[in-house]
Amino acid sequence: MARKVTASTKAGNTAVAWSIGLVISFPVLWTILMSFHSEGDAIRPPLAMLTSPWTFDSYGEVQTRSNYSLHFFNSVVISVGSTVLALIIAIPAAWAMAFVSGRRTKDLLMWMLSTKMMPAVGVLIPMYLGFKALGLLDTLTGLVMLMTLANLPLVVWMLYTYFKEIPGEILEASRMDGASLQSEIIHILTPMALPGIASTLLLNVILAWNEAFWTLQLTSSKAAPLTQFIASYSSPEGLFYAKLSAASTMAIAPILILGWFSQKQLVRGLTFGAVK
Amino acid sequence: MGKNDMATQHSRFAGRLMVAPSVILLFIWMIVPLVATIWFSFRNYNLLNPTLTGWAGFNNYYYFLTDPNFLTAIWHTLAVVVGVLLITVIGGILLALMLDRPMWGQGVVRILVIAPFFVMPTVSGLVWKNLLMNPVNGMFAHIARNLGLRPYDFLNQAPLLSIIVIVAWAWLPFATLIFLTSLQSLDGEQQEAAEMDGAGALSRFIYLTLPHLTRAITVVILIQTIFLLSVFAEIAVTTNGGPGTASTTLTYLVYVQALLNYDVGGGTAGGMIAVILANIVAFFAMRMIGKNLNA
Repeated sequence: MARKVTASTKAGNTAVAWSIGLVISFPVLWTILMSFHSEGDAIRPPLAMLTSPWTFDSYGEVQTRSNYSLHFFNSVVISVGSTVLALIIAIPAAWAMAFVSGRRTKDLLMWMLSTKMMPAVGVLIPMYLGFKALGLLDTLTGLVMLMTLANLPLVVWMLYTYFKEIPGEILEASRMDGASLQSEIIHILTPMALPGIASTLLLNVILAWNEAFWTLQLTSSKAAPLTQFIASYSSPEGLFYAKLSAASTMAIAPILILGWFSQKQLVRGLTFGAVK
Repeated sequence: MGKNDMATQHSRFAGRLMVAPSVILLFIWMIVPLVATIWFSFRNYNLLNPTLTGWAGFNNYYYFLTDPNFLTAIWHTLAVVVGVLLITVIGGILLALMLDRPMWGQGVVRILVIAPFFVMPTVSGLVWKNLLMNPVNGMFAHIARNLGLRPYDFLNQAPLLSIIVIVAWAWLPFATLIFLTSLQSLDGEQQEAAEMDGAGALSRFIYLTLPHLTRAITVVILIQTIFLLSVFAEIAVTTNGGPGTASTTLTYLVYVQALLNYDVGGGTAGGMIAVILANIVAFFAMRMIGKNLNA
């Protein structure tokens, strides 16, 4: 919009927007601030806490008391592993549906999406019993497999909407020039598809990192990712605010950073292309 | 022509081959557990009472549906879905309108507003429960005492409302981002023309902006509903469904029935009811998305 805006209007907007933004993100900012203070100071009134000495102690304590890095590692394995596996399975499918679509492609896509709309609790019990029978409870293998399948519909869908935007004429032109299927894939399609694949990877890692139904139900200790580890703070012993804050800050920091890059993909991915 | 046809047929076959792994895996992933759920829901299957086996007919459904906790759980589920939708749709539109205006540091404000979406549910549950809502050491209690008021024990005295607030906080960014995306495709010239004709800000919003947002609002409602029906972690780490069953939703009730009370038959019957409810919503969601899909 090329409308003229006076500096005072802009200043007013800025003041309002910043205040609201700070209120909304306050729980996150407050958690981060609290993580740098001692347990004793963490429960003091807000101003007293803020002016108390800063310390990294809580971060150290979280690690020594509970092997934080193991759970962090589990989160990385589960979120990245399941997303990469899902991509390997989904890329050929999304590709075929985007470039050699048939009469049934749309039905197939809609069916895949419908599996995502099934509430997890509807299949919780067979999953739990199956995991128990196969010895997969509290294992990374089990959880990576399950999350791969849980992610698959969204991954296929996102890839499909990105691939669909690659103009078909380019493929035809290269075919006319006598390019083989292999060189077509390596030299033409891959470079054009990479941004879409990267976006899909990003959003799905974020979603899998924060997934807190299956991870809470199917893990307890050795395969527990951060979601489950943080949940263990729901039955606290003694003072724990600063440690909870430190553990939480470390759990959300990587995703806040990744999230910053994924704002656009978030809308696209989660609305299945219904809002652009 | 003939050669082309063959090429098409060849690529069709290759296409099917490429789609097959996804289809087969998803089929197994959904159909096998679903069939198992249906099967168990008609069986007597209680891990605490292994002698009781065999067909149960509709008994599990009967017991689940006549369990007084079931009806309250349905109400709580509806309250969570409707409450969160109200807050996020209205709040999201207001926030999107705010973010769409010219200001300094728009990028930073945007990040501040969307940050809650990236916080994992167990963290948001525990941060709200302890750092903010705790009646002794929480931020709200400190503020209340400073104002000379008695601190309020949110999670004990208004557990469901507290959960609605926590979940709405997490979903507000999602709604805001979608509305903002939609607003940015609004026709600026039309707005200006209306303004020149003397249309006030409110009537411009009602007659131009709101109709433009209808589609985005529908999408937000449908997609959030699907996720909100399955809210679990926020309840598990804050109230455990209590006090009593004051914040037990359908998802939480199924979990309690099956994995805490070991009643597989009853739990799966509850799970099937959740599936049916979600499918009603999904039906409309799919039509909405399907219309926009030119496959």
